[in-house]
Amino acid sequence: MDAAVKSAIAVDRLVKTYATTTAVKGISFSLMPGTMTGLLGGNGAGKSTTIATIMGLLTPTSGTVRVLGADMPRQRYRVLHRMNFQSPYVDMPMRLTVRQNLRVFGDLYAVPDIAGRIDQLASDLDLREILDRPSGKLSAGQKTRVSVAKSLLNNPEVLLLDEPTASLDPDTADWVRGHLERYCRAHNATVLLASHNMAEVERLCERVIMMKKGEIVDDDTPQQLLARYGRETLEDVFLDIARGRGDAQQRVS
Amino acid sequence: MEISMEFSPHRVAAMVRRYWYLLRSSWPRILDLIYWPMVQMLMWGFLQTYIQQNAGFFVQAGGVFIGSVLLWDILFRGQLGFSISFLEEMYARNLGNIMMSPLRPAEFILSLIIMSLIRLAIGMIPVTLLAIWFFGFNLWGLGLALGAFFANLMLTSWAIGILVAGLLLRNGLGAETLAWTFMFLLLPLCCVYYPVSVLPVWLQWIAWALPPTYVFEGMRELLIHHTFRADLMLQALALNAVLFSAGCVAFGLLLGSARRHGTLLQTGE
Repeated sequence: MDAAVKSAIAVDRLVKTYATTTAVKGISFSLMPGTMTGLLGGNGAGKSTTIATIMGLLTPTSGTVRVLGADMPRQRYRVLHRMNFQSPYVDMPMRLTVRQNLRVFGDLYAVPDIAGRIDQLASDLDLREILDRPSGKLSAGQKTRVSVAKSLLNNPEVLLLDEPTASLDPDTADWVRGHLERYCRAHNATVLLASHNMAEVERLCERVIMMKKGEIVDDDTPQQLLARYGRETLEDVFLDIARGRGDAQQRVS
Repeated sequence: MEISMEFSPHRVAAMVRRYWYLLRSSWPRILDLIYWPMVQMLMWGFLQTYIQQNAGFFVQAGGVFIGSVLLWDILFRGQLGFSISFLEEMYARNLGNIMMSPLRPAEFILSLIIMSLIRLAIGMIPVTLLAIWFFGFNLWGLGLALGAFFANLMLTSWAIGILVAGLLLRNGLGAETLAWTFMFLLLPLCCVYYPVSVLPVWLQWIAWALPPTYVFEGMRELLIHHTFRADLMLQALALNAVLFSAGCVAFGLLLGSARRHGTLLQTGE
């Protein structure tokens, strides 16, 4: 059995071109089940396009994306019920209460005992007090927690997270990270995390994929990246890559 | 593209529940469903009352105007009910959540069809009752013919609603105007308020290619000559089958195009 078949996510020579702009230029990587991987890069690096293609929202111009063995987006309905995502770029209907929204999505994902699952997530993510409040009347931090709850409703095997702790205060953000860590360990879930919070990536991810201008410019463990770039934080590594300094300059060129 | 045949009534019910939650949480939305049909019905009803007092033909053709108004509203509001529910997902920035969920396009479309029926019922039932009270025009008195008219008008409204939803997916909210105005293109062509014979001959060909034309001609036959033209309804049904299939095919193609062009991610202007 080759790596692409065993892996939870396999991206092979993915190219995505919009009109005259190539957002992703032939990238390849695969994520094994039960791993947490950070996808880093500045604005326009191609992270969102990569994630959208993995979710089946975009058709690749060339190359392939396989999730849990299904070719995306062609075979997406084989696996969408086993995946989920969280993103600050989508909202939930504002007039519906948190409970109503979670109920609707629970039903879409055919979650058994949806009332019990909402109760459990409300407890885990401290949502009890806001369950019957309209989603549009939540603070940014509360919305993020609800969005994380929605992404965990169906106990996904593959979880795509885009800035999961944006808008959260440091205490709540740390608490959400802890919850995500426990979830992934308990469910052997594969997580691809796009974030600009380097400390978060360093804490959660055993592997970091760095993107720049549609290409992967580095791919390693956080420790190896720090050692290779001679830096103390991932943020410094990120800046080296973004600004094309030192070792990063050689790799990109 | 792989087409999944697995259809889940459970997911359709989830989407209907989502729209129902929204509708019942907002009284302006409910009021809006009744407001325009009522204004239209009253305006045309009083106009008809005036004309009836001054023209012999219209005494014979009692109810033609108000019947036309009510059937036109079924056609227009049916499509609007479909399209507005779809637009609500775009306004709420919820389309990404929906498209990333296991909900199939056919289930999504069916939930929008159900919502168009619910919205239409909320808007039109009170207005048809008001028409009886104000003008003595009983749309329900058309009996089985009303069923045939209704079925054909709804099929047309859904076909256009599906096409507009596809255009919205492909072009984002920049195509929103289509949702509100597309049906008005049909208003002069499908001869809502006058017979097809009024049109120039070359335009009559176009008119007869539109299913609602058969419904409005059929309604005039019924109200003026007291004859139910089943042949007109069957021809409308055949045209609707073609139109509805074309709408579904266009939706699939536009959805595929949206996936290629990345417009599912950017549903703004």
